Amino acid sequence: MTQQALTSASARATGATPTAARTPLLLLIGNPNTGKTTLFNRLTGQNARIGNYPGITVERRSGDLTLHADGPPRVVEVVDVPGAYSLSARSAEEQIALSAVLGWAENPRPDLCVVVVDAGQLARNLYLVTQLLELDIQVVVALNMIDEVRENPPNAAALSRFLGVSCVATDARHGKGLVELERAISAALALPPRTALRIDYPNALERDLERVAMALPSAWSESKTRARALALWALTSIEADDELQGVDETLRARCLEVRAEADARDIDQEVIATRYALIDAELPKLYPRLETHPKKRKTSERVDRVLLHPVFGFAIFISLMLLMFQSLFSWSDPAIRLIETCTSLSANFVEAHVPESIVRDLVTRGVIGGVGNVVVFLPQILLLFFCIGILEDSGYMARVAFLMDRIMKALGLHGRAFVPMLSGFACAVPAILATRTMERQRDRLLTMLVVPLMTCSARLPVYTLIIGALFPPSRVFGLLPVQGLLMIAMYLFSTFITLLAAGVLGRTAVKGRRIPLILELPPYRLPSLSGTLSMMWRRATMFLKEAGSGILIFTILLWALLSFPRPAHVAEPPPLAAAIHQQFAPKQQVQSAPSPAPTRDPSPIEQSYGGRLGKAIEPLLRPLGFDWKIGVGLIGAFAAREVFVSTLGLVYGIGDADENTTPLRDKIRNERRADGSAAYSPLMGLSLMVFFALSCQCMSTLMVVFRETRSYRWPLFMFGYMTALAYVASLLVYQGGRLLGF
Amino acid sequence: MNLAQTRIGQVVTVSHVAGEGSFRRRLMELGLVPGTRVEVIGVAPLGDPLELLVRGSSLSIRRGEAEDVAVSLGETASSERAATPSTAGRAEGNSGLASRGLARSAP
Repeated sequence: MTQQALTSASARATGATPTAARTPLLLLIGNPNTGKTTLFNRLTGQNARIGNYPGITVERRSGDLTLHADGPPRVVEVVDVPGAYSLSARSAEEQIALSAVLGWAENPRPDLCVVVVDAGQLARNLYLVTQLLELDIQVVVALNMIDEVRENPPNAAALSRFLGVSCVATDARHGKGLVELERAISAALALPPRTALRIDYPNALERDLERVAMALPSAWSESKTRARALALWALTSIEADDELQGVDETLRARCLEVRAEADARDIDQEVIATRYALIDAELPKLYPRLETHPKKRKTSERVDRVLLHPVFGFAIFISLMLLMFQSLFSWSDPAIRLIETCTSLSANFVEAHVPESIVRDLVTRGVIGGVGNVVVFLPQILLLFFCIGILEDSGYMARVAFLMDRIMKALGLHGRAFVPMLSGFACAVPAILATRTMERQRDRLLTMLVVPLMTCSARLPVYTLIIGALFPPSRVFGLLPVQGLLMIAMYLFSTFITLLAAGVLGRTAVKGRRIPLILELPPYRLPSLSGTLSMMWRRATMFLKEAGSGILIFTILLWALLSFPRPAHVAEPPPLAAAIHQQFAPKQQVQSAPSPAPTRDPSPIEQSYGGRLGKAIEPLLRPLGFDWKIGVGLIGAFAAREVFVSTLGLVYGIGDADENTTPLRDKIRNERRADGSAAYSPLMGLSLMVFFALSCQCMSTLMVVFRETRSYRWPLFMFGYMTALAYVASLLVYQGGRLLGF
Repeated sequence: MNLAQTRIGQVVTVSHVAGEGSFRRRLMELGLVPGTRVEVIGVAPLGDPLELLVRGSSLSIRRGEAEDVAVSLGETASSERAATPSTAGRAEGNSGLASRGLARSAP
């Protein structure tokens, strides 16, 4: 942190008035889809810091802008406020804009707000501006996307006269108008504009406002202007069942009382219609000609005739989604292989140069394996966010929500949940990160909780092993292969359960008030590559910083669990570590590796704490058809589901096992109980696959959910409900199957 | 009639917005106040939601909520000018900035 930043932080902490000594704070605020974030990136370069708003898990992005105009360079902190159509709020999330603007609820107090408005949609955008001006907020207006309205550009000077603040035409996408904007910011910071807009409301409403203003807490009424504006805000925000935070009870009671006494009068409509009347009256002076149907909308509607067509639209939609999925699923594979190869090469390098010791094992198996466990997610995260960036930027993401809303609504999910859900088929970790495209916390949480139920690619090796070992390669009706059908059945089963879980959890654990959909289909635009790349970079570094250390620590803990106590005379590598290590070895190498002869001695893993734990939980697993060996495999699978395969290999004393290793399959097939009967039946295989489909055997997923929700509650809940679901379903499969005579 | 009963391509004028408090308010804040011209641009392939053009901006809402928006066919004189809704009871004064309420307030 720079000296300047330190002083600014302390100045803000003590609530000091703006002085030249501290870094001025600038907020970027505006409707969604106005290019606010593009402008933020333009102004701050690539130095965004990402945090959270106090008390709520909504991302707060800030960066530094250096102003060069008029005198020595001056650093200003810029914060990107989440997009909002209005300051009136019903939930804590919608309250952020107001709190940020006023410096409430532990937010630092801003010196200036830059309102970003879409030059082509002034009417809707100016609504927010009127609210800010009524609050007596210091404002500069960026008339953005001016390039899109070249044939009917709004007059910045006329707008400036109307609002009484500087208005600068900008084109953030192409970096135009930024110098002028920075100059206006400098000027406004040097001489704060003190222009408050006073709108005259109907007399009866003015009387209501006075009554509400009298009930405002003293901190809210520092000036008469602001008190009146906050009375307006309170009257149009507070309701008997709102979810606002920090609203004074006296004020709440007064607002409800005033609304109740309004009788036939319609307070909301009085406020909103009066503001729009003011804007409407001004519009003819702002544009060369008034268009009811702007050209840029017409162009986009023509494209929509194809992209939202009942037949072609869906065909294109499905192709695009398949392409995205294909890239996640298979195009990321070479990169993942490369990372795995590098991991195993570095482990080999250390092994070759350092003498055998517990520390060496910790380094090679725990640390290098753990780092590999983290980095291995990067290819899919980068690819997914590349796709999301393109989809969002082009305006197609809103169309995805529009197309899928009917289906997603039935499941209680947001239309935007579709892309994260689909990504869940590849890997839950990037899918959970992708839930950030949804604005509401409830929608994000619900999607996060069900995404890990989708059949991710890490489950495939487990299914392959079980199906290969326990199900005959025969055909149903001499036509359809049993093994292939089973694999398809597992996909269908997981999808069905995911949708069911969304329906149930949405009505129970994450019950929120049902919010009617409001969607804007922004005009189609060419996606910006630099914006997308910078978002990919941000997401990837955030993942490494936030979830990386947790995954690393858990890998080391698991290594320890399955490695201690160490057997006295066995020189074999610690088991889980070897399992993880081997997971990262290139496949060819694995397959050509000779399998050591089976041994009758108890394997080191059996004596480890993990092995003992596996034996301890055997009574619990018995009703599902599992024995302690499967139990140890399940514990090992926490590192990553596919580690189940190699852990099971170690239990059987097979060094380098993967899902296609014949000795491991034979071991499983020929495993006998004490009475000589086969230990593992196809029924047990089915039960085990069902268990894997539903249980949360993935510490990385839990870690990412923890980072994204900033609470222990939700990852624990997720682990609990998924494990319970898996247990019950496996129990039903196994016991039901036995009753039926399988 | 209400918005859910309109056909694609129709131009209507909002006469009344009903419905649940906060959502109704949000609809009006997005420009759907009585007197506003609304053009029905399209319907999602699965029949829901509707895409509307309101004050030069796109707005999509579901049929269930569109039923709460009462409309009349065609553009009224007031909607064409996108002007004052009758129910708002606008305060007098339409000439010049000061009387429209732009005033400098004391800091």
